[in-house]
Amino acid sequence: MRIIKNTVPIFYTAAAAWANPASQPLSPTNIFAPASTPADNISALSFLVLAVTGAIFLTVLCLLLYAIVRFREKPTSGLGEPAQVYGSTQVELAWTVIPVLVIVVLFLATVRVIASIQNATPPPGAVEVSVIGHQYWWEYHYAHSNVVTANELHVPVSNPAHPTPTFLTLLSADTDHSFWVPRLAGKTDLIPNHPNSTWIDPHETGLYLGQCAQYCGVEHAKMLLRVYVQTRDQFDHWLAQQSRPAVASDAVDAGRRTFESIACVNCHTIRGTAAVGKFGPDLTHLMSRDTIGAGAALNTPANLRRWIQNPNALKPGCLMPAMGLSDSQLDAVTAYMEALR
Amino acid sequence: MSAFSIPVPEHQPQWNLPARGPVAMYCLIAAEAAIFTIFVVAYIFYVGKSATGPQPATVLHAPIFLTVCLLSSSLTIHIAVRSLRKGNVRRFAWWWCGTVVLGGIFLAGTAREWRHLIYQDGLTIQTNLFGTTYYSLVGLHAFHVVMGLGALTLVLAFAIHGDVRPEHSERTEVLSMYWHFVDAVWVVVFTVVYIIGR
Amino acid sequence: MSTASITIGHASSERPPLVETLHQWVTTVDHKRLGVLYILYALIFLVFGGIEATIMRIQLIRPHNDFVSPEVFNRMFTMHGTTMIFFAAMPIVFGFANYLVPLMVGARDMAFPRLNAFSFWLSAFGGFLLYFSFLGGDGLYGAGNAPDVGWFAYAPLTSQTFSLGHSTDFWILAVFVSGLGSMGTAINIVATVLCMRCPGMTLGKMPLLAWLNLVMGGLVILSMSPLTAAQLMLLIDRYLGGHFFDAQAGGSAVLWMHFFWIFGHPEVYVLAIPAFAFASEIIPVFSRKAIFGYPVMVAATLAIGFISMSVWAHHMFTVGMTAAGNTFFVLSTMAIAVPTGIKIFNWLATMWGGKIQFRTPMLFCVAFLFQFLIAGLTGIMLSAAPFDWQLSGSYFVVAHFHYVIVGGILFTVFGAFYYWFPKMSGRMYNEALGKLHFWLFAIGFHLTFDFMHIPGLLGMPRRIYTYEPGRGWDIWNLIVTIGVFFQAAGTLVFLGNLLWSKWRGVAAGSDPWDAWTLEWSTASPPPAYNFAVLPEVRSRRPLWDLKHPEDPDWHYE
Repeated sequence: MRIIKNTVPIFYTAAAAWANPASQPLSPTNIFAPASTPADNISALSFLVLAVTGAIFLTVLCLLLYAIVRFREKPTSGLGEPAQVYGSTQVELAWTVIPVLVIVVLFLATVRVIASIQNATPPPGAVEVSVIGHQYWWEYHYAHSNVVTANELHVPVSNPAHPTPTFLTLLSADTDHSFWVPRLAGKTDLIPNHPNSTWIDPHETGLYLGQCAQYCGVEHAKMLLRVYVQTRDQFDHWLAQQSRPAVASDAVDAGRRTFESIACVNCHTIRGTAAVGKFGPDLTHLMSRDTIGAGAALNTPANLRRWIQNPNALKPGCLMPAMGLSDSQLDAVTAYMEALR
Repeated sequence: MSAFSIPVPEHQPQWNLPARGPVAMYCLIAAEAAIFTIFVVAYIFYVGKSATGPQPATVLHAPIFLTVCLLSSSLTIHIAVRSLRKGNVRRFAWWWCGTVVLGGIFLAGTAREWRHLIYQDGLTIQTNLFGTTYYSLVGLHAFHVVMGLGALTLVLAFAIHGDVRPEHSERTEVLSMYWHFVDAVWVVVFTVVYIIGR
Repeated sequence: MSTASITIGHASSERPPLVETLHQWVTTVDHKRLGVLYILYALIFLVFGGIEATIMRIQLIRPHNDFVSPEVFNRMFTMHGTTMIFFAAMPIVFGFANYLVPLMVGARDMAFPRLNAFSFWLSAFGGFLLYFSFLGGDGLYGAGNAPDVGWFAYAPLTSQTFSLGHSTDFWILAVFVSGLGSMGTAINIVATVLCMRCPGMTLGKMPLLAWLNLVMGGLVILSMSPLTAAQLMLLIDRYLGGHFFDAQAGGSAVLWMHFFWIFGHPEVYVLAIPAFAFASEIIPVFSRKAIFGYPVMVAATLAIGFISMSVWAHHMFTVGMTAAGNTFFVLSTMAIAVPTGIKIFNWLATMWGGKIQFRTPMLFCVAFLFQFLIAGLTGIMLSAAPFDWQLSGSYFVVAHFHYVIVGGILFTVFGAFYYWFPKMSGRMYNEALGKLHFWLFAIGFHLTFDFMHIPGLLGMPRRIYTYEPGRGWDIWNLIVTIGVFFQAAGTLVFLGNLLWSKWRGVAAGSDPWDAWTLEWSTASPPPAYNFAVLPEVRSRRPLWDLKHPEDPDWHYE
């Protein structure tokens, strides 16, 4: 009963989306709504492939339907077997040659798109970011700066006339992952000891969603991606902000001391303090992020407190342990986190 | 109760199909060849990639004598089978015995080489990529030698007991195909490990 | 020409004690009984796999559902895939091959009956071993439990570091052991087809089912071994401290992928080619026409077998191969579409100009044609590597391969059940129930797997135990889950029909379909020795020649 009650609203939402597409886009991760050159090229190729395969489908379907209607056994069919036809060289040649030609066309179109995406090199002015996949979060290092952040990637919008793409080097600290933001590019895997490379050049500002697309362990489902595409000015401002060390007022000193005395510093970095751990996300500017736990929850004080108290309550199986803090310690540490803007 | 009338042809045509023993052995050899190919590919892929630990050029010494022994055992088994086909059971037993001895020498020599590698050179399966791929590939081959020797020894025991007769020549031939395969694999392993990989 | 009259009497109505019957079944080396054992075994594991799928679909019926925990969900998709491929699909294929190949080539049994029995019990043990892992429970911090690394067990997730306890070892050993059994059966099939054909049956006169099982046997022999080798390497890594897939020591996770898919891709042809074989026997009989283009069907199958060994890395387009590497695999994958398409056209041409009887086996085979066409076309979409960069690892791929395996292979397997059930049991199944099964299952199949393509196109990855609302995936997941219950209902009708008909069905006689291959010339079920007298084999349809002496096939072949 509960299942039915909870699923009925889904029908209404879907109906609304179909009835008024402008008000509700079909999906923020729709591969047919590309906003970046690699995704554009893939989408164009896919329309060609869909057209060709669609034509083949309709042709063969019509033949099949005709056959099962026209040649079915009827009471008027009479006795005896139909004429036995063992083969026909011309027909068989035709339906060998035509598919070969179709394949040649599809192959050539495909090769062009492969080359356009894989052979691209970073132009001057491109942003370069190293993405390191972890169980179950994303680490970003911006090249030519000291900015290290987690889970929410900021990139500048790219003007097709003067492109400023972002090139991502993909690495992994543990198992295989895959970086997939459908509206921006196809997915590329993050494999330990096997650096990969991908690039995006988003044409419109906004927030683009995605998530890990290669099973990496228990919480693979909650390794979400958020890519913030900003104007050049906004991006430069953000980058400058991120490169500053943490500035926390004395009001949260109690929290800072708790943080530094309990094992938190073994895993987390807060630049400008004694915390230099590398196993978990960099927390220097935690409050500049919209979500925590790689999208497991919105970044609100209540959620943050709940996370610190017991991460497994929000993301069962994630690798951050519950530190067994008392209520007052929790309040202090949460307040300290809240100050990391 | 069902009744059937089936015309029985007067002449049965000549009907010769391959014997199933050799066909099955060829299939087994194909499957084993595929397994060895994967291990060889892994070996070649990791050549030169060991960051630390003993390297092939320093610790590997081509086992020429052992190779000669093993390849000669192919010759001896061939002579044995040919003798049995001709009806000479005693000659078969002697040459078959020679095969087992030569195979045993190969295994003993491999064990000696490994003891030196482990205790003197410090190369184990855990040491580095070279250690892992070397012991896996050579070990897989040695395992097949052991299996083969087991079968060969069993047949030798039958022969000594007087149970082997000329009509068994096809079965011994099938076994000898397996043994030839094991030798052929050694040629490949030897080339990859002791020549190319060094 | 003289004629011989044979009367096949039935065994006395005295049934032996149950213990003796069980003993006969457990110690049998008769290919027909082993075939039935394989098939029954596969049906049991098909139900287990179906239950695992149902659990997953209930969990995914809406976002942020909590029907099962992530740990349980991850075990479900691993066990579902492993069970269905290794302990449902392969045993079904081997079961039918075991039963039919000797009969169709006019042999008394398989080439190596004892190896046959040994292979069956080895494979069966593998299944029990895999499911024993569920009994391991929560020991070892919950890691003594069923495997949860996915059915293709990518490294380094399978290393000791990331896979504590023995759950992964259950996967490795169960599949390893059943792989050995598979190799034994494959060797048996190849040796039987090459060495045990009855007089007059040259390779060019064999039924297509015999040809296709020969190719399948060859593929198993060549492709099972890479998996065996890779699993040995994984065991060495996990227990002997090896570094094959250990990134810290310079090992390569991609190497596992290559080795696995060198097995994994031919494996799907191991499953699909016997499905083609069933279609190639059923469609002609129910169209009342010979198969169109026998020589090309054989050639196309050989081509498919050969090319299938060169396409494997289309499962790895997102892994970061060079543009040249990706291009090669695009080419080989697109190339395999050609012989596959040819086969669809040949089946269509067989129906063309025929007198089609829509009995249950034919219903399933016509649906197969429609569904396999779609599956092949989505395969072509996936073969275009950039398109695959979006679709790989998403529900589009899951929909594609289920379309092949369920919509293609399982449908022809159902057809084969209905077609050969009279021969195996001596009884006719209930036709009305058969049709009910077909429609229930077809509706459920299309509800589930047609609509499953859409979340993939909208960005939903696979192997996730839950998903975010607001991505546009909710309605599609709901419809997909609803379809599962129709398929379950259809399957129950099927099992009920089999059981009921086995005991209460009308006697079938030796040739209820008026068919043309050798198995229909002997009693239903066949006696232990298969044939008392073999018909003369002068063409591909010996019984057609007998029934139409004025117009035999060998005038035209």
